[in-house]
Amino acid sequence: MKPAAFKYFRASTTEEALQHLEAHPGSKVLAGGQSLVPLMNFRLSRPEVLVDINGVDELNRLSVEGGEVRIGALVRHQQLAESVDVARAVPVLSTAAQHIGHWAIRNRGTIGGSVAHADPASELPAALVALNGSVVLRSAAGERRLPADEFFQGFFNTALQDGDLIVELRIPVSKSRFGFSEVVRRPGDFALVGAYIERAGSSGAVTWFGLSGRPERLPVDAWPQGESDRRALLERLVGALPVDESEDYKRAMAVNVAERAYHQAEGEK
Amino acid sequence: MADERVEVVLQVNGREHRLEVSPRWTLSDVLRHQLGLIGTHVGCEQGVCGACTVLLDGEPVRSCLMFAVQAQGQHITTVEGITPENGLSPLQEAFRAHHALQCGYCTPGMLLTAQALLDRDPNPSEETIREALTGNLCRCTGYQFIVDAVLAARGQGRGA
Ligand SMILES: Cc1cc2nc3c(=O)[nH]c(=O)nc-3n(C[C@H](O)[C@H](O)[C@H](O)COP(=O)(O)OP(=O)(O)OC[C@H]3O[C@@H](n4cnc5c(N)ncnc54)[C@H](O)[C@@H]3O)c2cc1C
Ligand code: FES
Ligand code: FES
Repeated sequence: MKPAAFKYFRASTTEEALQHLEAHPGSKVLAGGQSLVPLMNFRLSRPEVLVDINGVDELNRLSVEGGEVRIGALVRHQQLAESVDVARAVPVLSTAAQHIGHWAIRNRGTIGGSVAHADPASELPAALVALNGSVVLRSAAGERRLPADEFFQGFFNTALQDGDLIVELRIPVSKSRFGFSEVVRRPGDFALVGAYIERAGSSGAVTWFGLSGRPERLPVDAWPQGESDRRALLERLVGALPVDESEDYKRAMAVNVAERAYHQAEGEK
Repeated sequence: MADERVEVVLQVNGREHRLEVSPRWTLSDVLRHQLGLIGTHVGCEQGVCGACTVLLDGEPVRSCLMFAVQAQGQHITTVEGITPENGLSPLQEAFRAHHALQCGYCTPGMLLTAQALLDRDPNPSEETIREALTGNLCRCTGYQFIVDAVLAARGQGRGA
């Protein structure tokens, strides 16, 4: 099928994008188009106005300053995967970005789009939650910053309001070690289940995605040294998550994938 | 809503085209229907199959997931643009020699993805080639001959 007609605005500054969003209630931001355009091609989404932010250079910055990695909303997945700064400051984020879709998808898809779309099986929203990141939003009313854990509310559901633009994602540079692993049917697919593991000395956390409606970060007071104890702990943690009955098989997968991520974290740095 | 027309200037295969398009027209449809460049195939219109892959400023992208208006001022390369005036490019020649196509539906997307890979890395490993091509589906060949062809085309450039 083909998309329904819409009015198209190309913004070249954040300010301009915000003005268009405010002037046209119900308008949608067009970033990489890798989630929105398939929906429009099948007329599952029919926005009347699109505000294209691909020409907003100020949203394309990537830097490490003041103990934080600052990632502009328009930074493409491939840019993230190839950034030397990111690989140094938060290596697990480079690893995760390499697992998103395929090369052609990563060349267009943006972190802001992935976070706004909030597919429960996507890698970057879960990375933000696992790494204690936050989302910087702007609207005509001003700027606000939300912890990722508050931003993601459920299945494709976030704290985004009409007229909001995600401008930046922030991730604190941490002393912890992180590991990442996921299960996919074919390379490039969305994950069936994925996990990030944090090891901060003997404690840490596990963050699962693809299991329930949003990424879930569960703190761990003390990581058991032995594998069977660790698996028992992970089983207990995953047992408490609201997983759809038809996807009960994913709990076993979640334990395996977390165990793999745990070993990855061992190797980091 | 009225289907308005806007003007867009596209640089396709080194030539400039001034066109009137509707914002809702995808780049793949404009390449095929307005410019007659039917080498760009359309399979799924949801980014999965890779048949519509073109190069945007040298990087592979899905032309079914971009609106033509968005390509204003950028350089687009289609399979026609990597085909020499006479004969075939070294990569295309390798596809023929290695039976890397049967029905040919996936071939333009395969060629453009592989060419973009060879442009950035003239000597990729088999693993790198396989990873780069994961986004292009082929229902005929079973992939092995495609990988063989790209391996054979390493280090030969784009040709004339
Ligand atoms: C074949 C295929 C495979 C894929 N595989 C994966 C995968 O394995 N893992 C994965 O995570 N993703 C995958 N994706 C999705 C991809 O990562 C998308 O790029 C991403 O989900 C959306 O980003 P985008 O920039 O393309 O956003 P768009 O499609 O442009 O927009 C998506 C939504 O976000 C809104 N939006 C975009 N930017 C902003 C902003 N700055 N502020 C406010 N709202 C905004 C839009 O209005 C829209 O509602 C895949 C996509 C395809 C087609
Ligand atoms: S037609 Fe574009 S990816 Fe299938
Ligand atoms: S040759 Fe038929 S799909 Fe690849």
